[in-house]
Amino acid sequence: MSENFEPRIVAFLCRWCSYTGADLAGTSRIKYPANVVPIKVMCSGRVDPTFVLKAFADGADGVLICGCHPGDCHYDIGNYNMQKRAPLISKLLKEMGIEEKRFRLEWVSASEGDRFAEVVKEITEEVRNLGPLNWKEIKEAVK
Amino acid sequence: MSAKLNLAIYWAGSCGGCDVSILDINERILDVAQNCDIKFWPIAMDFKLSDVEKYADNSIDVCLFNGCVRNSEQEHIAKLLRKKSKILVAFGSCAYLGGIPGMANFNKKQEILDRVYVEAQSVENSEKIFPQPHTKVAEGELEIPVFHDYVKSLKQIVDVDYFIPGCPPTTEIINTALNAIFSGKLPPKGTVIAGKKNLCEECPKEKTDEKKVKKFVRPYQVIFDEKKCLLEQGIICIGPATIGGCGARCISANIPCRGCFGPALDVSDIGAKMLSAVASVIDSNDPVEIEKIISEIPDMAGMFYRFTLPVSLLRRSK
Repeated sequence: MSENFEPRIVAFLCRWCSYTGADLAGTSRIKYPANVVPIKVMCSGRVDPTFVLKAFADGADGVLICGCHPGDCHYDIGNYNMQKRAPLISKLLKEMGIEEKRFRLEWVSASEGDRFAEVVKEITEEVRNLGPLNWKEIKEAVK
Repeated sequence: MSAKLNLAIYWAGSCGGCDVSILDINERILDVAQNCDIKFWPIAMDFKLSDVEKYADNSIDVCLFNGCVRNSEQEHIAKLLRKKSKILVAFGSCAYLGGIPGMANFNKKQEILDRVYVEAQSVENSEKIFPQPHTKVAEGELEIPVFHDYVKSLKQIVDVDYFIPGCPPTTEIINTALNAIFSGKLPPKGTVIAGKKNLCEECPKEKTDEKKVKKFVRPYQVIFDEKKCLLEQGIICIGPATIGGCGARCISANIPCRGCFGPALDVSDIGAKMLSAVASVIDSNDPVEIEKIISEIPDMAGMFYRFTLPVSLLRRSK
């Protein structure tokens, strides 16, 4: 593993809670690693598992999905839908040889800027320890 | 029709079922004989590869190529037939998607060789001898094709004009393709000759909005309601992510779909779409219970990527 390895983590953030939470982390000047690439989605339930696989296939080292806490979804059940999908995604990734810790679903509310920073720190460190995934190269073998 | 069409049919990494499906079109095969000069068909007629090599480029009008590409011989013939053919058709799920042999991409090449030539119970090979591309014997040198690292679909090797899915393709689909070929009314390049909508649209089973699965089962474990959607009864069916056009023949026989027709329109990865479909029928909001329910799905990757692993987003396992 390269010592200078900086993980690339794609974070899908729900527009109502988690993206606002990430914003709060910023306006509160809480420090967190710059390794996440935030993507604003309308709801964590909007995240199709295809997005997660595509992120890994195109070079992400980790994928984070953040949504409203259960019961708080702006669309009532969107985060419950994601809650059912997430363990299925983990199971599939595991069967494909992608470590469980590279994928994570977390609930972050609009007022939890510190929690967002904490989650990002954790996943960045975990993925850093696992090393690069390099799925682009793995995929190239079957071009 | 003035002149006969030159037709070639080849099998690469396939079981032979696709060739049989061509013979299975009943009296329509007489039309084929009447309209076509067969230029190459190893399973049925005696042509040699050297004959094909002698043909002029683009002299074959239509080539139906079935089977995946796993070794150097298959790759060579795929490239050769591309050069000699005006229209190259990926015929059947293996050529189109990688197919059943594509599941070999869950393992590395050496793992497969070890299993077949060393570990298999019926094999005695303590010296660990593996087949080599070149072997010297008293009579000279023997050559076998080189076994590639991974299975690929035809499109991953050469440019393909049309795709005919199915394991094997149905008579109806083959007839649709033959009609297009004989009439000269060809669809745009890249067309998949299948239905337009997903399989659920043509499935005869009754669907409701009630998604209440507490346990996933395999068909032999339950007596299920034959009139109702299988997925809603906890039997995994790949129909929601699969393109229609097959007439739901497996489901009509109470066998859940395994997705041989390939992804529905706008679906790039059957496995990912199936994750959503399966998640949507689970009746629980408790993470622990959800975990327990999904733990009962055996070999999920193998089931979701039964026919499509080499063309899926991830294409192989790590």
